[in-house]
Amino acid sequence: MSAILECRALTKRYPGVKALDAVDLSIEPGRIVGLLGPNGSGKSTLIKLACGLLVPTSGEIRIAGHTPGIESKLAVSYLPDQSYLSDWMRVEDILGLFTDFYPDFSREKALEMLQRLNIGPHSRLRSMSKGTKEKVQLILVMSREAQLYLLDEPIAGVDPAARDYILSTIITNYNPTASVVISTHLIADIEKVLDDVIFLSAGKVALQATVDQIREEHGMSVDALFREVYKC
Amino acid sequence: MHWELHDDRPIYAQLVDEIRLRIVSGTYPLGERLPSVRELAAEAAVNPNTMQRALTELERIGLVHTQRTSGRTVTEDAPLVLATREALASAQARAFLERMEQLGFSRQEAGAYLEKAIKEEEL
Repeated sequence: MSAILECRALTKRYPGVKALDAVDLSIEPGRIVGLLGPNGSGKSTLIKLACGLLVPTSGEIRIAGHTPGIESKLAVSYLPDQSYLSDWMRVEDILGLFTDFYPDFSREKALEMLQRLNIGPHSRLRSMSKGTKEKVQLILVMSREAQLYLLDEPIAGVDPAARDYILSTIITNYNPTASVVISTHLIADIEKVLDDVIFLSAGKVALQATVDQIREEHGMSVDALFREVYKC
Repeated sequence: MHWELHDDRPIYAQLVDEIRLRIVSGTYPLGERLPSVRELAAEAAVNPNTMQRALTELERIGLVHTQRTSGRTVTEDAPLVLATREALASAQARAFLERMEQLGFSRQEAGAYLEKAIKEEEL
């Protein structure tokens, strides 16, 4: 199987809601994929299933051929939508943590990117702005040599300049054998860096296409199409 | 250098247009080495695969060549670049005439406006 992420009839039920409803999809290596959908459409649920943080109600999900577990976790670099790092930590503590946990983590790469942002190894998370914290976490996640990067809302809540920095970090760390999945509802900002988009709607895949296919077929941007499809 | 991309057309097609413009205007001189796909993608803030697709299209047209050792270079075929430049100019002229037609002006009137605009610029 060549797909990096593959779901078959993947279903996740929470009491009273079907968060994901028989989702079939497949993501090939070397793609930057936007996972798009309104709030509550199942984006984070899908990502958490791929990380093994949730267990499917039925159906299956495979990462590089593995069901979520030790092997899949080595292949996946995950940026959660909420930070799990403690505020008292210094950058050097976190670098140590990542070095211990992930054999594919490149400390040099992380340090180099941090230096470019003038973030020293002794600065504490507590003393950083929200945007800087998000940048630090993205740098850590992108400094791994993973096969699949799962970024849950990496650009929410940061200013446009920080957003550009985050996107350029994603593009320049792009590796042709790895794939990046970015979940967001801020489509206009990230559209140009995406290969493919997956629209989720009420737990189902409403559309999977390349950005230029959408522009060719509909004569409008993905953002404009999204607004039309999900008009309230 | 700024890359202006619009919402209504495929991104790769706009990248082809922009690089072609840079070649015919001499920003990327004949025979010169182009930046790598990755550098160009980062500069334009676009997906590297999309930039790759644009460069493949430019190769197909013959404006760009792949060198096995030194990446991609701009063509040295001066007549081709000249012909491309002329084709772009004709397309601009036709687009102008079409716009003027939409405004209800005949070809002669459109020409007169153009001459008037040129004279005003010279003053």
